Amino acid sequence: MNFFLFRIMPGDPIALLARSQRLSPEALELQRVAFGLDQPLITQFGVYVRETISGNLGVSLISGLPVWELILSRMWPTLLLVGIGTILAAGIGVLAGIRGGWRRGSRFDSGSLYTSMVLYSTPEGWLGMLLLILFAGLLGWFPAGGYSSSTSSGTTDVAMHLALPVLALALGYVGQFLIVMRSSMMEVKAQPYINLARAKGLTDPDVRRRHAVPNAILPIFTLVVISVGFILGGAIVIETVFSWPGIGLLTYEAIQTLDYPVLQGVFLLSSAAVIVASLVADITYGFLDPRVDAI
Amino acid sequence: MSSLSWARRRRSLGQFWQAFRHNKRGMIGLTILAFFTLAALLAPLLVESDDIDPAFAPGQPTQPPSAAVPLGTDLFGRSVVQLLLVGARVSLTVGVLATLGAVIIGAAMGILAGYYAGRPLGTALTALTDWFLVIPWLVLAIVLAAILGPTLLNVIVVIAVTSWALTARLVRAQTLSVREQPFIERARALGATNARILGKYVLPEVSPIIIAQGVLTVAIAILSETTLSLLGLGDPTSMSWGRIIEEAFQSGAMSNGYWWWIIPPGVCVILVTLSFTFVGYALEETLDPRLRRG
Repeated sequence: MNFFLFRIMPGDPIALLARSQRLSPEALELQRVAFGLDQPLITQFGVYVRETISGNLGVSLISGLPVWELILSRMWPTLLLVGIGTILAAGIGVLAGIRGGWRRGSRFDSGSLYTSMVLYSTPEGWLGMLLLILFAGLLGWFPAGGYSSSTSSGTTDVAMHLALPVLALALGYVGQFLIVMRSSMMEVKAQPYINLARAKGLTDPDVRRRHAVPNAILPIFTLVVISVGFILGGAIVIETVFSWPGIGLLTYEAIQTLDYPVLQGVFLLSSAAVIVASLVADITYGFLDPRVDAI
Repeated sequence: MSSLSWARRRRSLGQFWQAFRHNKRGMIGLTILAFFTLAALLAPLLVESDDIDPAFAPGQPTQPPSAAVPLGTDLFGRSVVQLLLVGARVSLTVGVLATLGAVIIGAAMGILAGYYAGRPLGTALTALTDWFLVIPWLVLAIVLAAILGPTLLNVIVVIAVTSWALTARLVRAQTLSVREQPFIERARALGATNARILGKYVLPEVSPIIIAQGVLTVAIAILSETTLSLLGLGDPTSMSWGRIIEEAFQSGAMSNGYWWWIIPPGVCVILVTLSFTFVGYALEETLDPRLRRG
C-alpha cells in the first residue's frame, strides 16, 4: 500500500532531484538506472517489497546514507519527546476529566472544558512559538532550541531543552483526552452500579475512585492508540520550531531537499508505530476489561 | 415540485432554526464565522494587491501597533491587519473547498460501504476507510504535500484526501440502519434501481449527519492547512494565516519580539476553528434530539 501510494504521485523522484540540483539529462538517466527507476513498475514493486521486508528502506537522495540508519539515529529524541508529551497530556487530561465529569456543570468543569476546546483549536507549532517568545525570549528561563548545549551534555541540560517542546506537545493534545475522559465519566456516573455503591454507604470519593474511574478510563487506551499517528504529525511541527533533532526535524529537512526515500521511510515507520500501538492496546485491553476476549 | 412540499420544507427549516437559535455556543460560533466571512468577502475591496506585495508595501518595516497601523507592520512594511484580511480569504477558501472534497469522498464511501455491507464492495470500502482512519494522516498529508509541490490546489487535494475517513465511518453506520427501514424494501418492491434508492431514499436520510460532520471537518481542514503552511508546504503566493505565521517565524519574529506579527494570525485560526467546532456540535445537537442538553 505504502509503495503504490507513493508511485501514484505524478512526480518523478529523479525529476524532483533535478529540481533541487541542476543535473544534465545524461546524469539524470544514470541516476534513474542507479535507483532502478528504469525498470517496469511491477519489477520495482517486487524489489521494494523484498528490500523492505529485509529491512532495507533505500538510501537518502541527499546524503547517500541508508534511510534506516538516518531514522534510527534520530529515533531517541523523538521517543523522548512524544513519550513524555503523551504521558503528560493523557495524565493531565484524565485527572481533569475525572473531576469535571463527576461534577458536571461546576466551575472547574466548564473552565477546563473551554480551555481544552481552545487548546484543541490551537495550531501546536504556533503554540510552540509563543512558548519560545515567552519563556526563552522574554524570561530567558529555557534555551531557545536544540537538544543540548555545546558546553555541557548532562541529563539536566537535555531536560531543560526538552521542557518547552514537551509542554507545547502536551498542551496541544491534552484537550482530546480531557473531553473523552469527561464524557466517559458522565456516562459511567449514570450506571446503576454507581447507585448501588452509594446505597452501600460508600463515601463520594470512594465511589468515584473505586467504582467509576476504573470503568470510565477504558476508552482512554483506545484514544492513545488513535492519537499516536496524530501526535507524530504534531511532533514534526514542534521539532521544527524547537530544532529538536528527532525524526520530525529529519522529515522537515527531507521536505526542504525533497528527499523522497526518507519521506517514504518516515511514513512507513509511523504507520508501523500505529500498528504496533494498536496491537499493544488490543492485548492490554483484554487484561484491563475481562468482558473483552483477548485474541 | 408541488408548492405543498415546498411549504413543508420551509416549515421544517423554520423549526430547525428555532431549535438552533437556543443553542448558545452555536450562535456564538455562527456570529464569529459571519464576521470572518464578511472580512474574507470584503478583503479585495480593503486591500490593494500592492499593499501585500513585499516589494511595494507602503509602510515602514516592523512598526509596533499604533493608531495608523492598528496591528503594526511586518518585516516588509505590510500592515498586519491587511495580511489578516487576505489570510481570512485564503484560509477559509482552503478550509471550505478541502472539506467539500472530503465530505463528497466520505459520503460516497460511507453510503456505498453501508448499502453494500456484507458484499465484496462493501467489505473492501470498509477496509479502505479503516485503513485511512488509523494511518498517521497528518504525516501522510505532510509527505504528500511535499511530493506534490506547494500550490493551493495541491494543499486542498491533500487535505481532502486525508480527512474523509471519519465522515465515511459515520455515514456508513447511519446507512446500515437506514437500509433496514421498511420504505427501502417498499421502494425495491416497486422496482427502484439501486442508484435510485441510494440517491432518493438513503442520501436524504443520512444528509443531516453529513452536514454536521462537514462543518466539524472544516475546523480540522483549517488547522491542517495552518500546519502544512508552518512547514513551508503552503502556496508561497497565497497569504493564508499559516503562511503569515511561517514568514514571521522565518524572519526571526520570535528572537526580535515582533509579537504583533506572530500572535494575531494564530488567534484568528483559533477563533475560526473553535467557531466551526461550536457550530458543528450545535448542528449535531439540534439534528439529534438525544444529544440535546437539559
